[in-house]
Amino acid sequence: MQTPPLAIQASGLHKSYGKLQVLKGVDFVVASGSIFALLGSNGAGKTTIVKILTTLLKPEGGKASVGGFDVVSQPARVRESISLTGQFAAVDEILTGRENLIMVAKLRQVNNPGQVADDLLERFGLADAAKRRVATYSGGMRRRLDIAMSLIGNPPIIFLDEPTTGLDPEARIEVWKEIQSLANSGTTVLLTTQYLEEAEKLADRIAILHQGTIIVSGTLAELRKLLPPARAEYVERQPTLEEIFLAIIGNKEGVRP
Amino acid sequence: MSAHVVSNTGVMLGRSIRHVTRSMDTIITVTIMPIAFMLLFRYVFGGAIQTGTGNYTNYLMPGILLVAIASGISYTGFRLFNDMQSGIFERFHSMPIARSSVLWGHVLTSLVSNAISVVIIILVGLLMGFRTSAGILAWLAIAGILALFTLALTWVAMIAGLAASSTDGASAFSYPLIFLPFISSAFVPTDTMPGPVKAFAEHQPVTAIVNTLRALFEQQPAGNDIWTALAWCAGILIVAYAFAMRAYHRKIA
Repeated sequence: MQTPPLAIQASGLHKSYGKLQVLKGVDFVVASGSIFALLGSNGAGKTTIVKILTTLLKPEGGKASVGGFDVVSQPARVRESISLTGQFAAVDEILTGRENLIMVAKLRQVNNPGQVADDLLERFGLADAAKRRVATYSGGMRRRLDIAMSLIGNPPIIFLDEPTTGLDPEARIEVWKEIQSLANSGTTVLLTTQYLEEAEKLADRIAILHQGTIIVSGTLAELRKLLPPARAEYVERQPTLEEIFLAIIGNKEGVRP
Repeated sequence: MSAHVVSNTGVMLGRSIRHVTRSMDTIITVTIMPIAFMLLFRYVFGGAIQTGTGNYTNYLMPGILLVAIASGISYTGFRLFNDMQSGIFERFHSMPIARSSVLWGHVLTSLVSNAISVVIIILVGLLMGFRTSAGILAWLAIAGILALFTLALTWVAMIAGLAASSTDGASAFSYPLIFLPFISSAFVPTDTMPGPVKAFAEHQPVTAIVNTLRALFEQQPAGNDIWTALAWCAGILIVAYAFAMRAYHRKIA
């Protein structure tokens, strides 16, 4: 069996802000076409790692390559291979949804920007809101637009920094489905999250970042082995509030409008 | 690569111009204060001010235009600051585009929006009795000096937009710039000012620029003032650009 090529390689990454050491030697690799979740609490350094890998920050030590290109010496080549959906929806509020997409399509010099924009608006359930200013969008709509903007030009590697933070359960399921379908089509996805459930649902491999280093990483099955073996117990399982919420509003699968 | 820069900058300019045209209040607030000053000086103080020239509206027009530009650039700082805050700056910087286009989009927008303000103020001035004998060449020279002044102050605004830690900081820096024309030859001749004030007024950029513009409007020889004015604008531009680049590189380090 051949091992798949690596989309992302990071070794010994160091970064500090003033005296605060945020990253103290971070190592991990991400296989092409997989979903990799970087799990950690607030302030663990997840965003710093994403910024280094997307060429927004330079590491003080260590090496990283994305799509086979070094992030420090070949940043322009890295940027051609990636897309970043940052922690806060990076959309232009004064423009309409359609204008935001066309702007990115033009910047990426994609053919037929208008058509690309319309297709994405349709796919992300934003067609009705296409001509409205983004300032009027809900949090979930902004995030969907944000992700749609990242897909323009079909970059092979996508970074999603806390893509579902602040979203309601429906919107979260919506975003999960999109991430899943991206990976199914061969895109490599690195996502950061503080939600254990999110990592569990989506990721092929999970790395836990704690106090500036990755303390464990592996598949979910591998991580489970680190815990004491499961015991069989009879527990009456009450529906979670999320299940009740979704059942009542009749949108179990997070069906797109 | 250079075709890239032009195309990217064009997209950025288009984006930022939409910001201006969709919030016309920014143009209105920029023009309303200079127009108010113009009314105030023309109809309240004007009668008591002895400039030794006939038409006081003509006399104060150059200073009013500089006040308008000084207040207009505060929005440039504000728009850039908003980009830095919203994360769209990072999105652009992680894309395969010419990074310089992000800043130049704002700079060009500043030139366009200030040009709109200047035209509005000149039109209002015409209603109030502003008259000029300037020919095509003189108008081109006036437009060039105003554009250079705008460009220089825009880069000052870029420093504020890049380095500020609050919205207020990103726009408040322009207040002293707005005040500068008042201690110059913009509204009254410098002759009657007491020594130190006069010395300041005669050696700060606004006086040279105002005197040059006034001469051009009146079809008079501008003399050495034009070179002093150009040197001030170029000097401010170079220094501001250097500091803005420093703030920029610190931001993306």
